[in-house]
Amino acid sequence: MSTIPKGPRPKHLTIGRIGLYCFIIMCALFFLMPLYVMIITSLKDMDEIRAANILNLPKELSFYAWPKAWSQACTGFVCEGLKPGFVNSVKITVPSVIVSVALSALNGYALAFWRFRGAYFFFGLCMFGAFIPYQVMVYPLLKIEDFLGIYSSLPGIILVHTIFGMPILTLIFRNFYASLPIDLFKAARIDGGNFIKIFFYVIIPMSTPITIVAVILQVTGIWNDFLLGLVFAGRDNQPMTVQLNNIVQVDYGVAEYNVDMSATILTSLVPLFVYFISGRWFVRGIAAGAIKG
Amino acid sequence: MSMKNSVTVKNISFSYGKTEILNDLSLDIKEGEFMVLLGPSGCGKTTLLNCIAGLLDLTDGQIWIEDDNVTWKEPKDRHIGMVFQSYALYPSMTVEKNLSFGLRMMGTAKDLINEKIKKAANLLQINELLKRKPSQLSGGQRQRVAIGRALVRDAKVFLFDEPLSNLDAKLRAELRYEIKKLHRDLSNTMIYVTHDQIEAMTLADRISVMKDGLIQQLDTPKQIYNKPANLFVAGFIGSPSMNFLKATFDKLNQNIIVGKKQIDISKYENINNLMNDQEIVFGIRPENINIEKNEHSIQCKVELVEPMGADTLIWTSVEGNPISIRMEGSSNYNLNDEINISFDIKKSSIFDSKSEERI
Repeated sequence: MSTIPKGPRPKHLTIGRIGLYCFIIMCALFFLMPLYVMIITSLKDMDEIRAANILNLPKELSFYAWPKAWSQACTGFVCEGLKPGFVNSVKITVPSVIVSVALSALNGYALAFWRFRGAYFFFGLCMFGAFIPYQVMVYPLLKIEDFLGIYSSLPGIILVHTIFGMPILTLIFRNFYASLPIDLFKAARIDGGNFIKIFFYVIIPMSTPITIVAVILQVTGIWNDFLLGLVFAGRDNQPMTVQLNNIVQVDYGVAEYNVDMSATILTSLVPLFVYFISGRWFVRGIAAGAIKG
Repeated sequence: MSMKNSVTVKNISFSYGKTEILNDLSLDIKEGEFMVLLGPSGCGKTTLLNCIAGLLDLTDGQIWIEDDNVTWKEPKDRHIGMVFQSYALYPSMTVEKNLSFGLRMMGTAKDLINEKIKKAANLLQINELLKRKPSQLSGGQRQRVAIGRALVRDAKVFLFDEPLSNLDAKLRAELRYEIKKLHRDLSNTMIYVTHDQIEAMTLADRISVMKDGLIQQLDTPKQIYNKPANLFVAGFIGSPSMNFLKATFDKLNQNIIVGKKQIDISKYENINNLMNDQEIVFGIRPENINIEKNEHSIQCKVELVEPMGADTLIWTSVEGNPISIRMEGSSNYNLNDEINISFDIKKSSIFDSKSEERI
């Protein structure tokens, strides 16, 4: 009875806490190990890679693998490195992301606020669409695009990415909009908004967090895609992932591990960068969408 | 107040799927009238307001605003302004942009918009807040802005959907006063939904008491308070609520019999409509019971005392039925005091116990 609680709360470092930290650190090391190997391997020359242990630090830093991976490594018969792939990936990703996010926001808005006949059926269809594996639809889509004359072209691959992105993005937007107070929408209708005006003036300004989530999902998804790019993009528009594969899977000559490693890191830089700058927004947006479903 | 109708609701029905909310409801609202739709939650009052606003599509019937059949018109074409319980201010816009949104959507000239905003802001004392975002305002300020947003539109009819329910008691009283003043100064038609009977009594020209999608009574606050049309209205209006005693009428002695007690009701206005042995419910408001000894008084005991400042509520019972009596705040009664009470029969209400209608 003699001690009266006063001042800062005493800190306790319990066994449980220590165990927790140990576990977290081990997890982090486990996931960082491959990255460590990739980085140090990319900075060694081939002799050292052959001679020494994979985990050893390089004796002598050699940077030649990086420019080679970027602009000289051979993919098949062409030796221009990853650069054209990077340009292609940008050309594919930017329009696909913009179109799919814009259309999905509009869809989600219509589903959440304008309860048209068959809205629930459409909602179910989106759910279904979001969970069908891509592979099932590759062949039919290929035939359709061939019929439309856009198979093996930039518009062709952009269309495919837009189609595959829309079901899940529509669901995300719908859930976010469903969590907004319905009175706002009612007020806007009385204030003279129609379908499009309410969307642009009232709904879009409130959509920042969920739009960022959608953009992150789409950028990383489309950038990392391999299968669709390989099938639909055509030889001239192959994305970075496909070219990376071609560099790594050489059929002749020696396998240059340092070049492979730097090429892989270069390819994954864009999604990494997106996650680093937007992590905070990502969590916030997901939480905002999850409050009410 | 003119005799012209401002809003006419003609035999409307509304249902969500198979659940019928409103069935064949009609209501005339006069020009410049302050009409309050009052009822417990789920009585259909908000649904009715949303139907008038055009935010819900009717299953049947018509809605007229002045000489215009607006049944299938968009909300924006009905010349209405609406204030919501949740304020519903656009979070990304400043107060000024919130106020001007409707006018901008209609393509009003900039000068005119500024003039109207200035006028509304002055009226509601929100000039200081024009550059702020809704998130930087208190609840009372937000609701002022929401009212302002309805004002600038020069609406023919203002619709209020429980606008004060999210505010604390003090602010509620303040804004209630403001709304009443606004109606006095603008004399627009206003339709106001609430479940709060104090708001209804203080604001309304006429109250429409609703239950289960039906209008139970449509009359002035005074009439509704003093002459409730049925048992539901009698019980819903008034706080503390009306006392009820189940009784049987004895025509010969002009008495009602409650258990072993007899109460003389010869002074009741419609006593001739009562039949011998009719089962009735006798209703009397707490302020219409006196503590005094006379030939008709009933003896009972004080069971509970609730001081409320201006008044003191004294609880007792007659034949097992709890009875509350409203006395002056200065009166001094204690637990278990013996008291004699008498009823002011002229101000009582008598209902048939089967139909629950007033006699």
